Amino acid sequence: MKPAVLTGEYFMTGDVACAEGALAAGCRFFGGYPITPATEIAERMALRLSHVDGCFIQMEDEIGAMAAVLGASWGGVKSMTATSGPGFSLMMENIGLGICTETPCVVVNVQRGGPSTGLPTHGAQSDMMQARWGSHGHYEIIALAPSSPQEIFYLTITAFNLSEKYRLPVLIMTDEIVGHMSEKVIIPEAKLIEIVSRPRPKGRKDRFKPFAPGPNGVAPMPAAGEGYNLHITGLTHDEKGYPVMAVETQTEMVARITEKIQRNLDDIIRTDDFLLDDAEIAVISYGVSVRTSMAAVAEARKLGIKAGLLRLVTIWPFPEHQICKLADRVKGFVTVEINLGQIHREVERCVGGKVPIFLVGHPGGTIIHPDSVVNLLKEAF
Amino acid sequence: MQEIPKPSKKQPCHPLDDLIRTDRIPHIWCPGCGIGTVFSSCLAALKGSGINLGKTVMVSGIGCSGRAAGYVKLDSFHTTHGRAIPFATGLKLANPELNIVVFSGDGDLFAIGGNHFIHAARRNMDMTVICVNNLNYGMTGGQVAATTPYLAKSTTTPVGNPETPFNLPLMAYACGATYVARWTMLHTRDLTDSITEAIGKKGFSFIEALSPCPVNYGRRNKQKPLDMLKVYQKKAIIKNDADPSTLDIDFEKGIILGKFVDVDRPTFIEHYDKIYRPSRLQENVPGLNS
Repeated sequence: MKPAVLTGEYFMTGDVACAEGALAAGCRFFGGYPITPATEIAERMALRLSHVDGCFIQMEDEIGAMAAVLGASWGGVKSMTATSGPGFSLMMENIGLGICTETPCVVVNVQRGGPSTGLPTHGAQSDMMQARWGSHGHYEIIALAPSSPQEIFYLTITAFNLSEKYRLPVLIMTDEIVGHMSEKVIIPEAKLIEIVSRPRPKGRKDRFKPFAPGPNGVAPMPAAGEGYNLHITGLTHDEKGYPVMAVETQTEMVARITEKIQRNLDDIIRTDDFLLDDAEIAVISYGVSVRTSMAAVAEARKLGIKAGLLRLVTIWPFPEHQICKLADRVKGFVTVEINLGQIHREVERCVGGKVPIFLVGHPGGTIIHPDSVVNLLKEAF
Repeated sequence: MQEIPKPSKKQPCHPLDDLIRTDRIPHIWCPGCGIGTVFSSCLAALKGSGINLGKTVMVSGIGCSGRAAGYVKLDSFHTTHGRAIPFATGLKLANPELNIVVFSGDGDLFAIGGNHFIHAARRNMDMTVICVNNLNYGMTGGQVAATTPYLAKSTTTPVGNPETPFNLPLMAYACGATYVARWTMLHTRDLTDSITEAIGKKGFSFIEALSPCPVNYGRRNKQKPLDMLKVYQKKAIIKNDADPSTLDIDFEKGIILGKFVDVDRPTFIEHYDKIYRPSRLQENVPGLNS
C-alpha cells in the first residue's frame, strides 16, 4: 500500500496536486463525473484512493456525484468531488443540501469559459458569483482560490480542514490554467501537515441534537450507524434535525448556518500581499490572475508607479474588512480577474466610492497579460 | 393542528412504536392514503429481518413517500428530489457495514431520479429500494407521473394522460436488479415478507408497492376511496416468476403481483474490493475509516 502523503518533490499539474492535497487531508471518498478541465483530478483519485483503502466511484452525472459525496460524509468519511462549470451548475441543488444539513465536504471547480458549454479547454474565473449564490436560499459559503499547483495542494488541505471545522461544503475555485499547468510541487512529511476533523459528539446519544451549536457556532457531528438515530433533512429543521415549518425555525436555522461563518471570519479569511505597505494603488486579484498581477505590480514599480497587490486567497466570505481598510489609505483600486467584473463589484461595494476603481478583465479563454494591467495603471493613475 | 392525546401508561403501545419517532406524529399522509400501510410493512420487515437496526439507515427523496425517513426511528436522511439513491450510494460506500433502505415514491425514483435508479441497479449497489407507486405526484397536488396510466386524469393532464407509463419491474430487471417484486398495500403480509427477504438479500433489491391516492388521483379519476382497494383485491393476479415484460399494469385485465427476480451476482463493493482493494478482502475491514 502506498502512503496517503507522497512526501517529496514533484513536477505536477494543478489537478494532480489537488488530488494529492485531498489525500493528505484525509479524503477517502471521491464521487465524480468526467468533465474538462477537471477530469485529471478524478483520474488521479481513482487510482490513488485504492492505495489508501478509500473508495472512488464515477457516478452517472454530477447531481449523483454531489449526492454521493454528501452521503459518504454522513457515512463518516471525508469526501470530495471535482468538476467544471456545467457540472458545477448541476451540483448546486445538493450543495444547498450540504449547507442546510451542515455536511462537510470539498467541491473543486476547475473553471472554464462559459456560459453553457463555453470553452471547455480554456480557463476563466467567471463562476465566482455562482460559487457565492448558486444554490437557492440565503447562506454563507467558503471558497478558496489557488494560483499555482503548489498552492492548490495546500489549499485543498485547508479546504478540508475548514469544511470539517465549520461543517459545510467548501469550494476550491481554481481554473483550467492552474489545473493544467505543471510546476514544482513539494509535498511535506505527513507529520508536518495539520489535519482537522469534524467535532465529535459526547454525552448521551438519545439526547444528542445534531444541529445544536457548540462554542464556535458549530454542532458536533456523528456518522450514520453510531446509534444516534439521526434525522437529517433539507427541510427547515430545528436543532434536533426535525422539520418545522415555522418562521421562527427558519430564522434560527439560517442564523445558525450564516453566523458560524460570520463569527469566525478571522479564522477563515486568508489574504496575502505584495508591495502593498507603501502602495498608492491597490491591485486586487485572486487565483491565476494573481500571477498576472504580481508581474504587473513589479513592472509598475519599475516605472515609478507605487502599486501593490492584495491577493484574496479566501474569496467567500469576502475579505471586506481588508479592502475597506485599504480604501482609507490608497488613491485607487484595480481588480484583475478573468470575467467582466464579478469580484470587481464586491470590491466596488467595499470601496464605497471613496477612490476610483478600475477593472482589468475579459470574458475568458486565456490568462490576462500583465501589460493590460500596467497600461491601465499608466493611463489611469 | 389537532391536539393529540398523550398515551397513558396503561394504554398499550403499537408493536412498531419503538421504530417510530412518535414525537413527530401526527404524520402528513391523507386519509385513505396507502403509504402508511407500506411504511408499516417496511418497519415490520426491518424488525422481523433480524438485521442490526443500529446499522440500518433509511434514505428518502422528496414527496409524500419521501416523508417516511422523517418518521422512522433509525438514522434517516430526507434528501433532495430524486437523489435518495445516489446519497445512499455514498453512505454505503463510506461504510459498507450499513444496511440501506431507500423508501420513496414513483415520481421521485423514476422521473427525476430515474437515471440514478438504473445505474444503481446496473452496479448492483447493495441496497433495498421500496417504491410506493400511487400513480401520480401527490405532494404537489396530483400531477401526471411516469407511472400514471394512459388517459388517466391529473392536474397537468386535465383531459387525459397522452403518455405511456413505465413497467417498473421490467425496468429494474433490465437494469440488473437482483431482486424484483411487486405487491399492493392491500397484500400486507406478502409485501412484508417480500421486504424482509429483500433486506436480507445482498445486492440491489427493488419492490414496487401499489398504493392508493384517493385525494389527488382517485378524486380526478372517479374512484371513491375504497375503489382502488377493491381493484387491488379483485384484479390481483399473483404470479411469481412472471416474465417482467408482461408486467404492464392493466386495471381492467389484471395486475400481476409476485416476486419476479431473485438471482445472485456480485455487488459493486465486492467487485471493487477484488479489483482495487484486495487487502480488504483478506483483512475484512469494515469501514473506510478503520
